[in-house]
Amino acid sequence: MNIFLDDAPALVVVLPLLLAAIVAFIPSPRLAWFITIVTLVIHVLLSIELLSSFSSFGAIIYEFGNWPPPWGISFKLDGVNIGLQILFSAFVLIATIYARKIFLSEIDPEDSGKAYSFWLLAIGSLNGIILTNDIFNLFVFLEISALSSISLISLGAGTNRKALLAAFNYLIIGAIGATFYVIGVGFAYAMTGTLNMNDLIIQLTQYSEGQLAIFAGMSFMLIGLMVKSAVFPLHLWLPPAYSYAPSAVSTLFAALATKAILIFFVRILYEVFSIYNDYLILFLDYILLPLSLVAIFVGTIIAIYQDDIKKLLAYSSIAQIGYITLAFSIKDNTGVLAGFVHIFNHALIKGGLFMAVGYLAIALKDRVTLQSIEGYGQKFPITSYALLICGLSLIGLPLTNGFISKLYIFQALYINEMFLTIALVALSSALAVIYFWKIVEKLFFSSKGYKATSEDPAIYIPIWIIAISLIYFGIFSSSIVEFSSIASESLIKGGIN
Amino acid sequence: MTNLLFFWNHFAFIILMVSGLFIIITSQNYIKKIVGLAIFQTSVFVFFVSLAKIIDGTAPILNSTNNVYSNPLPHVLILTAIVVGVATSALGLAIVLQIYKNYGSIEENEIKKEELKENN
Repeated sequence: MNIFLDDAPALVVVLPLLLAAIVAFIPSPRLAWFITIVTLVIHVLLSIELLSSFSSFGAIIYEFGNWPPPWGISFKLDGVNIGLQILFSAFVLIATIYARKIFLSEIDPEDSGKAYSFWLLAIGSLNGIILTNDIFNLFVFLEISALSSISLISLGAGTNRKALLAAFNYLIIGAIGATFYVIGVGFAYAMTGTLNMNDLIIQLTQYSEGQLAIFAGMSFMLIGLMVKSAVFPLHLWLPPAYSYAPSAVSTLFAALATKAILIFFVRILYEVFSIYNDYLILFLDYILLPLSLVAIFVGTIIAIYQDDIKKLLAYSSIAQIGYITLAFSIKDNTGVLAGFVHIFNHALIKGGLFMAVGYLAIALKDRVTLQSIEGYGQKFPITSYALLICGLSLIGLPLTNGFISKLYIFQALYINEMFLTIALVALSSALAVIYFWKIVEKLFFSSKGYKATSEDPAIYIPIWIIAISLIYFGIFSSSIVEFSSIASESLIKGGIN
Repeated sequence: MTNLLFFWNHFAFIILMVSGLFIIITSQNYIKKIVGLAIFQTSVFVFFVSLAKIIDGTAPILNSTNNVYSNPLPHVLILTAIVVGVATSALGLAIVLQIYKNYGSIEENEIKKEELKENN
């Protein structure tokens, strides 16, 4: 048993990937779902095991085949990713419980084995992105997650053929982004002769030659990762991909896919790039900060003009990714802390919102638009109130976890005396009220007077678990803040543990 | 000048890469876009492998006569990247086939026109 647990960092990635191959050949949706759930329960248990060994022994570096760096591939579980690992594992399990009925109604039952297989592939590869400590290994995981998510998005063609165009766009843009990343890896490898992150940092501190090539390589890597994590202006693939994918799939990706890549993005920025402090500050102040502010406004304003609610949420995701990168562009402990807090909170909020809208989508059997949901607050009260809680949290109302995020972002900006940015963030939060109010108005203040219809507990229970967790983490925010402060401390200290 | 010629592989890489990107951006046909993507990715593969070449270098086998060897790791990395590239192209072509079945065309401008008609 102990031998099994020693390999936990590898198993959380390998187990979903292996089971994906088996699930693909299972014709019965029920059995395929059951195997997926069992896999993910084991996944959660392994993550808890990882947490307990992290809290007693500190950072874990897992070397595949006991090959020491720089020769072997290694996984690293340290303060930066332990919080996301736990959140990822728990959220994925809840999303899979929710996905069963959604897949039944949106995907041809004959395809469901394949759908769960892609689902597990996406989960395994996203977890690999969270854990990996090897820059080329990251590329492989990026591509597995991209290909499996493209396949999942194109399954949305059963309800709307535009899903195919969205999937194709994502394929082209995503492949360009990933190839840019590989060019960067090539430069870094040519200059340092290593692919291991920790070793890379050591090599870079020892040699001062060839800095220009390193900067060129790093820029290619950062741009590639920015494409993948949909940082404005490289976000164009995201709104159609999220809005035409099957609802369960948009839930998984909106909550976690971009976040996992953002974690690696800040790792490159703060662990590797922090050696060249001048250039880091240049990048943060003159590139990332302005782009984040533009992203916040563009995302919010386009969201206000959207009729289609899934598209509205996707554009709001662009704005929220803007808040995260804005927090990370404040180069001190408070900013990074706020960034991590918002990563955790936004993953839960957007996941909950997409879940609730997904239920309305299968109830309507059509696109969820502002017109079509009129009066649905009376027709589907249980789901609608969960949607209300998630939405209030997105705006940042007190007692929800969205408020905690906003609080930490404002605090970080205030400490660094960025008063103009504070005003802009406050203005954008006010604008966010507009697009959410449009949904609330149609849902609850309508004269249609529907009778309440019975709702499916298999779907609303997962949604309410998320909604209650939003309030819980809004009142007892200490656990998220603690994970975030562990993450920000270990990130600021740099990669050498 | 000799210095520039010595780095001819970099120029070949840049020309291939930019022409791949140009094809992706300018062509309306979805299959041509995938071809452009393949050229773009291949340019990076060629670049990696050419960086690993050392003049008079041999395979990395320890013997008494030859001490100069080429690093085999870039080739192995590119082998992985080629597999990924093939998978990307295959998936892309499969999606193009489905687009053709659903829209009756694989030209971007024709599909855009049809989408506009649908929205009005």
